[in-house]
Amino acid sequence: MGKRVGMEVAIAAAEAVALCNIDVAAVYPITPQSHIAEHMADIIHDGRIDAEFITVESEHSAISACAGASAAGARAYTATSSQGLMLMHEILPIVSAMRLPICMANANRAVSGPLNIWNDHTDIMPQRDSGWISLFVENGQEAIDLSIMSFKIAEDPEVMLPCVVNIDGFQLTHMIEPLELPSQAEVAKFLPPRKAFAQLHPDNPISMGCFAMPDTYTETVKAKEVALRAAKKVVTKVFGEWAKRFGRKYSVVETYRAKDADTLMLTMGSMGETAATAVDELRKAGRKVGLVKLRLWRPFPVEEFKAAVQGCKTLIVMDRAISTGGAGGPVATDVKSLLYGDKKKPRVLNVIAGLGGRDLTVGDFVAMFDLAKKKKDETFELYGVRE
Amino acid sequence: MAKKKTEQKKWPEKWHELNPGCMVFAAGNAANYKTGSWKSQRPLWDNAKCIKCGICYIFCPEGCIQETQDGFYEANLDYCKGCGICAHECWPGAIVMREEEE
Amino acid sequence: MNQVQNFEIFAPKLVDRKEYFSAGHRACQGCGEVLALRHILKALGDDVVVANATGCMEIISSGYPQSAWEVPYVHVAFENAAAVGSGVEAALKALRRKGRIADRNVKTIAVAGDGGTCDIGLQALSGAMERGHDMIFFCLDNEAYMNTGIQRSSATPFMAATTTSPAGHAIPGQRTQKKNVPEIMVAHKVPYVATACPSYPLDLINKVKKAAAVKGPAYVHVFSMCPTGWRCASEITIKMGRLVVETGVFPLYEVENGKYRLTMEVPEKLRPVGDYLKPQGRFRHLTPSDVEKIQEYVNREWEILLNKVECMQPW
Ligand SMILES: Cc1ncc(C[n+]2csc(CCOP(=O)(O)OP(=O)(O)O)c2C)c(N)n1
Ligand code: SF4
Ligand code: SF4
Ligand code: SF4
Ligand SMILES: [Mg+2]
Repeated sequence: MGKRVGMEVAIAAAEAVALCNIDVAAVYPITPQSHIAEHMADIIHDGRIDAEFITVESEHSAISACAGASAAGARAYTATSSQGLMLMHEILPIVSAMRLPICMANANRAVSGPLNIWNDHTDIMPQRDSGWISLFVENGQEAIDLSIMSFKIAEDPEVMLPCVVNIDGFQLTHMIEPLELPSQAEVAKFLPPRKAFAQLHPDNPISMGCFAMPDTYTETVKAKEVALRAAKKVVTKVFGEWAKRFGRKYSVVETYRAKDADTLMLTMGSMGETAATAVDELRKAGRKVGLVKLRLWRPFPVEEFKAAVQGCKTLIVMDRAISTGGAGGPVATDVKSLLYGDKKKPRVLNVIAGLGGRDLTVGDFVAMFDLAKKKKDETFELYGVRE
Repeated sequence: MAKKKTEQKKWPEKWHELNPGCMVFAAGNAANYKTGSWKSQRPLWDNAKCIKCGICYIFCPEGCIQETQDGFYEANLDYCKGCGICAHECWPGAIVMREEEE
Repeated sequence: MNQVQNFEIFAPKLVDRKEYFSAGHRACQGCGEVLALRHILKALGDDVVVANATGCMEIISSGYPQSAWEVPYVHVAFENAAAVGSGVEAALKALRRKGRIADRNVKTIAVAGDGGTCDIGLQALSGAMERGHDMIFFCLDNEAYMNTGIQRSSATPFMAATTTSPAGHAIPGQRTQKKNVPEIMVAHKVPYVATACPSYPLDLINKVKKAAAVKGPAYVHVFSMCPTGWRCASEITIKMGRLVVETGVFPLYEVENGKYRLTMEVPEKLRPVGDYLKPQGRFRHLTPSDVEKIQEYVNREWEILLNKVECMQPW
C-alpha cells in the first residue's frame, strides 16, 4: 500500500504525476499552480523520474509543446491556472480534435480583470466547450487519485481525449492535508506506459492536424462529440478499477444525504465539503436538504445527474462563475437546459458566489439556501454583493 | 523508408469513418489529386537541344519532371501546372511552352 | 539566355532523387516557397519529423483526407510551430532513451512562413532556440501573409504594396524596413544561422545539411519567391530569387558560432535594385526617388553585413 504523508496538495499533485511514467512535462508557472511547476522541476532535476522537462516561455507554448510531444507518442503533462489557461484557450480544442490524450492540472483561479489570483471557476468555464474531459476534485486525496486516473482515462483507446483535473487554487492547492500516495509499483500496474494509437515517427510517416473542408468539418464535430460523451463510460470504468485497487470509491456524480431531500444543493470542487457541513446544520434545523456534487463536468453526466436529483422539489445550483450578460452561472444554465424537456423536474435556483477568492463558510451556504428558498422568480442571485 | 500506402477509402466519409483526429495514414496521398488540369500551357521538350543538365528537374516546384531512361527529362502532365519555370530556366532552350488547346 | 552562367554548380546529379513532398500539392503555379520546401526535405531525407505552422505550406499540403507529406508531419496552429517542435523533440528524446522507439537519430524541424516566424511566432521561436532544442527552424519568407490574402508582415520590405499596406496616395505601401530575424537568432547564440534561397538549390541543400548536423538549435531563413503575392509572372520565380541576391537585397550568408561568412559570389558592385523591383507588381507604384531610397538602404545594409563578415569572431 501507499504511504500516508502530510503534504501540500499542489506538491502532492506533482508527486502523483511523477508516479505516472510521464515522458514530457511542459509547464509555465502561475499562482496558485506554481508549486506544481516547481515541484515537477525538483523531481525531474533530481533524476527521480525519466522525463523531459520543457521550461516553456508561455502557457501557449506549454500546451503546444504537449501537443507535439503527445503527437510523437509521449505521455505529456502540463499544469496551469487562470490567465495561463486563457492563453492556452486557442490550442485546447485543437488538441481534443487531434485526439491527443494530454493531461493537465488547473489550479482554478479567477480571470483578470481586475487581476485577482484567488479561487473561483471563471478560468475553466470559457474552456467548457473545448472537448476536454473536465474533472473537479474536492480535496487533496482526490487531487492525487484523479491526477493518476486522468492519464488512464485520457489514453483509453475508446477515448483518446485530453483531460483537465480542476483543483481549486489556494483553497486546495495550498492546503496541507494528510494524504495517501500510492506506491510506484501499484501505479505502474494500474497505468502501463502509453501506447499511442498513432505517433510521429519516420517508421510510419503519418500526417496529423490536417484541415477539414466544409464537406468534413461537421463530421469531425460529430466524431468528437460522440467520443467525449462515450468517455463517461470509461471514467466510470476507471473509477471502478481504482476502487478495487486502492479502495477509494468515486463516481461521476456524488450525493450526500440526498435520498429523502426535497431541496438539493449542487456544487463542484472544494466547496462540496463546506456545503456538506451546511447540509448537516440545516438537517439539524429540520430542513430536508441534501447535496449533489458534480465530479465530472465534461462530458456532463446527464443520466447520473438526473437520477441524483429525481424526486427533489428544489435544486439550488451554486456557481463559482458567471456568464456575464447571460442566463446566470454556467453550471445552472447547463442544468436548466438539460432538465427543460422533463415532465417532472425540480425548480432550479442559481446562486453565484465565492468569486475571486471570497470565502464561503458554512454560514454562507445556510444563508444562500435561505436566500434561494425565498426567491419568487428564477433569476440568479449574486451572493454577498455589498449593495 | 516511407512505404507508400494507397489508402483508398470511399469519399465522402461518414462521421464514424473519419480517421481519428483527421490523421492521414497514407503518406503522400495528395498524389491522388491531379493538378495537371490547372495548366493553360504545357512544356514541350526538344531533346536535340537538351544537354541533360537537369536544371528543369531541379527547379520544378511540383517535382513532376523526371529523368527518362536515356537521361533526358520529361514532365508528368498529370501534375504539371504549366508555370513555365522549366522553359525559362533551360538555358540551352530545349523547352518551349505551348498553349493548351480548348 | 544566359541567366545560368554557372550551371555546373547545380550539379543536379548530386541531389537526392527521392521526393519527400508529393506532387498533387496545391501551391500556386511557380511557387518558390514549395520549391524551397521540396529541397529542404530532400536535404534532410527520411529521418525527420516536421512541425508546420498554419500558412500556405500547410494549406496546400494537408487538406484531409490527403497529405503531400512523405515524412511524419504535424500541424497545430499558426504561432506555435517552434513550441510544437519543442514537444516533438523532447518526446523523441525521452522515448528513445526509454527504448520505446527505434534507437536512431531523428531530426525535428519546424517550418513556418514569415508571419509564423517573425510576427506571431517570434515568441515561441525565441523560447525554443533559447532552450536549445535539437531542432532546425525554417522560416519560409515570402514577405507577407500570403495564405490569408497578401497582408503585410514585419518581413515585408519597405514600400511593398500588400492588402494591409496598400500603395495609397497618403501612404505608399509598407512603412517599415524588413525585420532582421536571422540577426535576432544570432543574438540567441544559435550555433548555426543561415539565409538561403531556392534559386541557389545546392547552397540551400548544403546549409540544410549543415543545420541538420548541429546537435542543438539551428535557424535557416529561406527567401521564398511568391509570384501570386508579388504579382509577377510565374516563370520568372527562379530569376527573381537570383535578382534578390545579386542586388544585395537578400544576401546569402551563414553564421557559424557567431562567425559570419558570405556564401554568394561577392560582386565588385551590387546590381541596381531596380532590376529586382521592376518585374514585381507590389513595387509598381515606386517613383525613381523611391527606388533611390531603397538603393541607399540596401547599400548601407550590405556594408553592415560586410563589416560583420570581416569583424565578427566565433564564440
Ligand atoms: C492566431 C491566428 N491568427 C491569425 C490566423 C490567420 N492566418 C493564418 S495563416 C496566416 C498568415 C500566414 O502567413 P505566413 O506565416 O507568412 O505564411 P505564408 O502563408 O505567407 O506562407 C494568418 C494571418 C490564424 N490562423 N491564427
Ligand atoms: S534544363 Fe534544358 S537542357 Fe537541362 S536537362 Fe532540362 S531540358 Fe535538358
Ligand atoms: S511548367 Fe512548371 S510545373 Fe510544369 S514541368 Fe515545367 S516547371 Fe514543372
Ligand atoms: S501564395 Fe505564394 S507562397 Fe502561397 S502557394 Fe501561392 S505562390 Fe506559393
Ligand atoms: Mg508569408
